[in-house]
Amino acid sequence: MSYIIDRRLNAKKKSTVNRQRFLRRYKQHIKRAVEEAIHDRSISDIERGGEVTIPRRDISEPTFHHGKGGRNTRIYPGNKEFVTGDEFQRPEGGGGSGSGQGKASNQGEGEDNFTFTISQDEFLDFMFEDLELPYLVRKQLKDATSFETRRAGFSTSGSPEKLHIVRSLRAAHARRIALGGEERKEIRELRKQLWALEALPAAETSKEEMQALREKIAELDKKARRLPFIDDFDLRYNNLIRVPVPSSKAVMFCVMDVSGSMTQTIKDIAKRFFILLYLFLERNYKQIELVFVRHHTHAKEVDEQEFFYSRETGGTIVSSALQLTADIIDARYSPADWNIYVAQASDGDNWDGDSATCSDLLMKRILKKVQYFAYVEITTGPHQNLWYEYEQVHQAFPDEFAMQHIADAGEIYPVFRKLFEKRTEGAA
Amino acid sequence: MSATKKRSPISTGSEWTFDLIEEYDREIGRVAKNFGLDTYPNQIEVITSEQMMDAYASIGMPLNYSHWSFGKQFVETEQNYKRGRMGLAYEIVINSNPCIAYLMEENTITMQALVIAHACYGHNSFFKGNYLFQTWTDASAIIDYLLFAKNYISQCEERYGVDEVESLLDSCHALMNYGVNRYKRPRPLTASEERERQMAREEYIQRHLNDLWNTIPRKEISPEEKVIHYPKEPEENLLYFIEKNAPLLEPWQREIIRIVRKIAQYFYPQKQTQVMNEGWATFWHYTLLHQLYDEGLVTDGFMMEFLHSHSSVIYQPPFDSPYFSGINPYTLGFHMMSDIRRICEKPTAEDREWFPDIAGSNWIETLDTAMRNYKDESFIMQYLSPRLMRELRLFAILDDAERPTLRVDAIHDEMGYRALREQLSAQYNLGNREPNIQVYNVNVRGDRSLTLRHYMHNHQPLGESTEEVLKHVHRLWGFDVLLESVTPDNKVSQAYHCPPKEISIELA
Repeated sequence: MSYIIDRRLNAKKKSTVNRQRFLRRYKQHIKRAVEEAIHDRSISDIERGGEVTIPRRDISEPTFHHGKGGRNTRIYPGNKEFVTGDEFQRPEGGGGSGSGQGKASNQGEGEDNFTFTISQDEFLDFMFEDLELPYLVRKQLKDATSFETRRAGFSTSGSPEKLHIVRSLRAAHARRIALGGEERKEIRELRKQLWALEALPAAETSKEEMQALREKIAELDKKARRLPFIDDFDLRYNNLIRVPVPSSKAVMFCVMDVSGSMTQTIKDIAKRFFILLYLFLERNYKQIELVFVRHHTHAKEVDEQEFFYSRETGGTIVSSALQLTADIIDARYSPADWNIYVAQASDGDNWDGDSATCSDLLMKRILKKVQYFAYVEITTGPHQNLWYEYEQVHQAFPDEFAMQHIADAGEIYPVFRKLFEKRTEGAA
Repeated sequence: MSATKKRSPISTGSEWTFDLIEEYDREIGRVAKNFGLDTYPNQIEVITSEQMMDAYASIGMPLNYSHWSFGKQFVETEQNYKRGRMGLAYEIVINSNPCIAYLMEENTITMQALVIAHACYGHNSFFKGNYLFQTWTDASAIIDYLLFAKNYISQCEERYGVDEVESLLDSCHALMNYGVNRYKRPRPLTASEERERQMAREEYIQRHLNDLWNTIPRKEISPEEKVIHYPKEPEENLLYFIEKNAPLLEPWQREIIRIVRKIAQYFYPQKQTQVMNEGWATFWHYTLLHQLYDEGLVTDGFMMEFLHSHSSVIYQPPFDSPYFSGINPYTLGFHMMSDIRRICEKPTAEDREWFPDIAGSNWIETLDTAMRNYKDESFIMQYLSPRLMRELRLFAILDDAERPTLRVDAIHDEMGYRALREQLSAQYNLGNREPNIQVYNVNVRGDRSLTLRHYMHNHQPLGESTEEVLKHVHRLWGFDVLLESVTPDNKVSQAYHCPPKEISIELA
């Protein structure tokens, strides 16, 4: 007798726990792989899940087994030309014996490493682990503008549609017990006396007494009944309060210099940086808008394609971009509704007289409204006047304004991490 | 195959339905019964490929405790499967009563029928009949026991922390192969009994001091007999010894060691009967489906598809092929089983000389006897015929580290048959495959250090992960651990120490 059972709809993912345990155990390796992936990968697929490779020896479970050496006889199938007594050299690296597996690992890399894929979510988790948006909490509470109503217990006043009937009746009941207590106690006393009298043999005196008692009881009863069944005082209403909801909208400004000195490589690095920031914000906010501002001597708001790929030449006036950014913030993104992030990338070039204007604009018009302003300078040369000017801004606004220097693509991720590292003492 | 076809085929397409599976199962069951196969009741479960990977990851069992190594297994299987590097096995079958077999939903009806014949009647009857399975495992209790183990371990994780339990399991897994009794027969385990005994044990251990560390002074011992050996006889079951004697373990830790040990013991027969078990199941799916064909119950197309999978399962790449990875147990097993049938039915003069007992006997009975009373090692020793050695073109290579070259020791010829057979049999002897390591001594009166001895076989030293395993032994034992490799003339050729005292010295 056989039973045939369809198990296809049973719980899947039985191995999830084991998989998680595995990932947890090899966290260090995975993190390293993720970091490498960020360096090497082309921009468009940075968001995909990632392949993680762990050396076999780190992952193997040791057991007692025979090592090479000793006397060993093995049986093989498929003899073609051998006869008993033939002798020949040990094949290199092959078989199970001979001169070892070390050589094999150098040749065929794939076989010796343990490679597996992690999902996109896991990838990003590892990528942004230990990072946080600076001063998120403080800003959110201060600027909360939207509200949501939440239930918060019961109140004694409110509009009729919020009446809570059970609570009201319970309150009424309690009130009746509390206020009618004295009378009822008295009534009980009198009744007892009455019953005692009734039990005795009938006599004139007792009859009168009984009559008096009955009247008294009736009177008290009436008094007790006068207590209202329900009173205004008993009514209870559902209490709803308005809770400020932190704004979960964010806007990210990408500001980039596109003047002649910005090569495609520098733009590429900038783009990676912007993408990292975008991915990171995406994990913290439901809705993100992107604003691309590029500039040479004039600033212009453009779409993504144009931002990264169109070619421009000319001089550089950074303040024009900051001016435009500030204008856009004023016009479209009220700080009360939006969490504003600005990322500026440049090779550090600026027209000499302009840097002071820049810091002025930043301090007066921008930094007070934004959550965070990150400036990355992508250059292999020495710093120019913009950097020094910005250093002063950084001193004035150490919380909101951050600046870092990137020399090549490999530094993007470390710099990004530095910018968003968790700060232990929090946001005060 | 010119049998008169009286009946119409069960199916003609390749899609399967539950009705069809049921009908095939009924027909295959009927034929199997006619051949005298005795089986546990079958529980056939249809699952998805994803569930199959889950089953893979928990060593083929329907449930198991959680551990990262199973996660690793899963990740690896999933990766290989998705890249198309490997196909999943068509089936997994569990030695339980009822016998659980998994069918994958992706398979065609032909494959489902093949799996039913292979797993539900082949493996199943092997589990029920073979002496190793009968002595060492209790098919009716394993699922319950695994449930008990899973719950117990997850309780421990809650109480003592995942990390703590994980590292303990790591250590146990490292010694899993040394958690079996090779010769003593254990009591079959049942879950309810197990639970009761576990409580009793826990209480007992808490109440009593370990005998090993009993400090009440006894008679004074004369200095000559100072050298006390504990245990008196070397102990082969390391996990058992540690469970009972490790000084510092908590009761729950001993219980977890016990769980790993019990599971290792459950799988022990499977390791020793791989060739026979697969050979038996392959032989029967081949025989049973041919019988159905002869009766006209399956179509020519069905047979073509079936034979295609069958021949790829029993393909043996030659030793110099890039696909070669040892002798294929399916090939060897299937050919040996078929060969026994041939010897019974059409013996040659050579067979009569080599196998006077079985040549010309009833093949069903002879095969049944072979299935019941042998394991790989003895089965090969008993039944591997010269003719099969010639067909597989077997040859033996001697690799002696002391000689500069490899030597062909024997080939499939008159002089070589016996040597080949002996060597191949020895190759399946678990005692030769795994280093023989036993508990030799505990320094009871001194530093409580544990000495293990590796009794060398053919001068083979231990592999490179030995030091790592010793760390695990040290974690379980709690005091120093010493491992000595001993040559047959009782000389210590190499010593390992954990924690490392000095760099291990080559004495040889």
